[in-house]
Amino acid sequence: MIRLNNVHKSYVMGSNSLHVLKGIDLEIKAGEFVSIMGSSGSGKSTLLNILGILDNYDEGSYYLDGQLVKDMSEKKAARLRNELVGFVFQSFNLISFKNAMENVALPLYYQGVKRKKRNKIALEYLDKVGLLDWATHLPNEMSGGQKQRVAIARSLISQPKIIFADEPTGALDTSTSYEVMEILKEINNNGITVILVTHEHDIAAMTQKIVRLKDGRIDEIIKNGDLKDFQHQYAKELETA
Amino acid sequence: MEGQGGGSIMFDLDLWKEILSTLKKNRMRSFMTAFGVFWGIFMLIIMSGAGRALENGVMDGISAFASNSAFFWTERTGKPYKGFQRGRRWSYKNTDIEYIKANISDVEYLSPRLFGPRSNSGDNTIRGKKTGAFSIYGDYPEFFKIDPWTPLQGRLINEIDMRQSRKVVNIGERVVEVMFEKEEDPIGQYLKINGVYFQVVGVVKGETRVNIGGGRKTETIIMPFSTMQKTFNMGDDVHFFSVTSAPGVPVSKVEARLKELLKERHSIAPDDQQAVGSFNIEVEWKKFTGLFTGIQLLTWIVGIGTLLAGVIGVSNIMLVIIKERTQEIGIQRAIGATPGKIILHIVAESVFLTVMAGYIGLALGVGLLELLNMLLEMNAGSGDDVFFRNPEISFTMAIGALSVLVFAGIFAGLIPARRAVSIKPIDALRDEGI
Repeated sequence: MIRLNNVHKSYVMGSNSLHVLKGIDLEIKAGEFVSIMGSSGSGKSTLLNILGILDNYDEGSYYLDGQLVKDMSEKKAARLRNELVGFVFQSFNLISFKNAMENVALPLYYQGVKRKKRNKIALEYLDKVGLLDWATHLPNEMSGGQKQRVAIARSLISQPKIIFADEPTGALDTSTSYEVMEILKEINNNGITVILVTHEHDIAAMTQKIVRLKDGRIDEIIKNGDLKDFQHQYAKELETA
Repeated sequence: MEGQGGGSIMFDLDLWKEILSTLKKNRMRSFMTAFGVFWGIFMLIIMSGAGRALENGVMDGISAFASNSAFFWTERTGKPYKGFQRGRRWSYKNTDIEYIKANISDVEYLSPRLFGPRSNSGDNTIRGKKTGAFSIYGDYPEFFKIDPWTPLQGRLINEIDMRQSRKVVNIGERVVEVMFEKEEDPIGQYLKINGVYFQVVGVVKGETRVNIGGGRKTETIIMPFSTMQKTFNMGDDVHFFSVTSAPGVPVSKVEARLKELLKERHSIAPDDQQAVGSFNIEVEWKKFTGLFTGIQLLTWIVGIGTLLAGVIGVSNIMLVIIKERTQEIGIQRAIGATPGKIILHIVAESVFLTVMAGYIGLALGVGLLELLNMLLEMNAGSGDDVFFRNPEISFTMAIGALSVLVFAGIFAGLIPARRAVSIKPIDALRDEGI
């Protein structure tokens, strides 16, 4: 599903160049549930943005669903995003003047689905995340957890193969975070690849595979079976902190 | 699933629904954006209408007047010549008129005039117990070809009246009011002018407000030229005459030619500048049309300027909006909106706003002009002195203004739209907004 070979990325700010990704090799298969971890500045968000074709990279190669993503025209990138990918953000990124249903229906609008039809589909997806009764509410009338569930419904409506979630629980309290993770797990169970960025160990521990970044390189990849060790290590980290 | 192609923009109902709901949900913003354009087009319409009204008002008063006419009168001579002293009084003679008619082919109509008993030295017209002071002229029937009059009752003075020197008169409306009772029919009745009885054969109304010899046109009495000359012992004098040039001949050329001829016939120095008084309406006409072209041009310049300010305002506000909406645009792009679609949205929004605002400005402007027109008509009444008439704008101008608006809208939307898509989606998303 995803294959990265020696991907480099640096940000140029004036005369300074910040080398964020220093050669990433990564392979993620269809149906995996992966979290990307790392301290701030380790390049985890940058990596996710490159994976989601929201940002470009300088060197190396990136294959998404068998297609090479490099120097893609904005139009083609937009189409790929629309068809293959769904996004969930830390700050929800709902459009403030559209109600829950309209927000969920938006990706279908860009596919040219008629209003009546897309609103009907949007209601189905809202129902799936348990927010059918909130369909006509504006984002500012909803709690953080509800907003994130609307955002998830929106990411699902175009039936993507991959969901990218950038700190999906970053703005939520623990119990709401677990609810959101439950929804993501369920999505994964339905065969959709889920890749999330987080810095919370308990959230990462709910995924099948953890990719730890350190200073722009992959430090280690922890598979499902090793999670116990990870828990242990996490405890140790807490002690030293 | 297929991404949507270009499709037809105008009939994409969904697009319009989307735009409408966006605008509706940002009412204040939409209103402020639209106001600049509204004001621009509103001012353009009002100014243009007012300019046109002034033109109509003035032109109405003179348009029926033959624009290729010139007028001649006599002044004292300014130079000694052939034994005559300077300051000599002289006048045109019947023979001058006959000579010009026979020999100068560039003259189309020639109408001599006599000024009758003066109105400013007391009442000159009597009928029973009623008296009045009017301007009295002796004219050729040709006069009606140069400065048109229409008979309201009866007929105009004609060639036969002329030839037989009949004692008949045409009178203006005010003369009827003063000299006759309300329900009296003036036709066939007699008026005593300076001691002589004349029969009224027509009540006439001047089509123009131009008046030669002063006074009001409604207070005019016109009789045949020959009648006046004989009745009031004027010999073969001619006080004044009007000519029109033949088609294709500039009247100024005829004017110069006639002046030369008249000087020669009356022993006046060829370089005497004051003896032959003349006035050429072509020149005045050109001044008028030049003036109104100038006013219209100015209106357009100021109007377009105002409109441009409005458009730049829209573009500016759109730019601010785009900045405000950077995150929204980022979200839209993250979930699959193509740059084309986003440009289309912003431009369509801008065009919709400008055209709507422009249309409202147009409608309100035209409405105000109509209202003004109604009030003017009501107040004007007979309205001889109104120099402001029929404020209006042409259909072409309205259409022109609207198409300017459409282009303006595209222009106003395009710059912010291009800016919006030049931002990378990821930067747009990072932008802290909402």
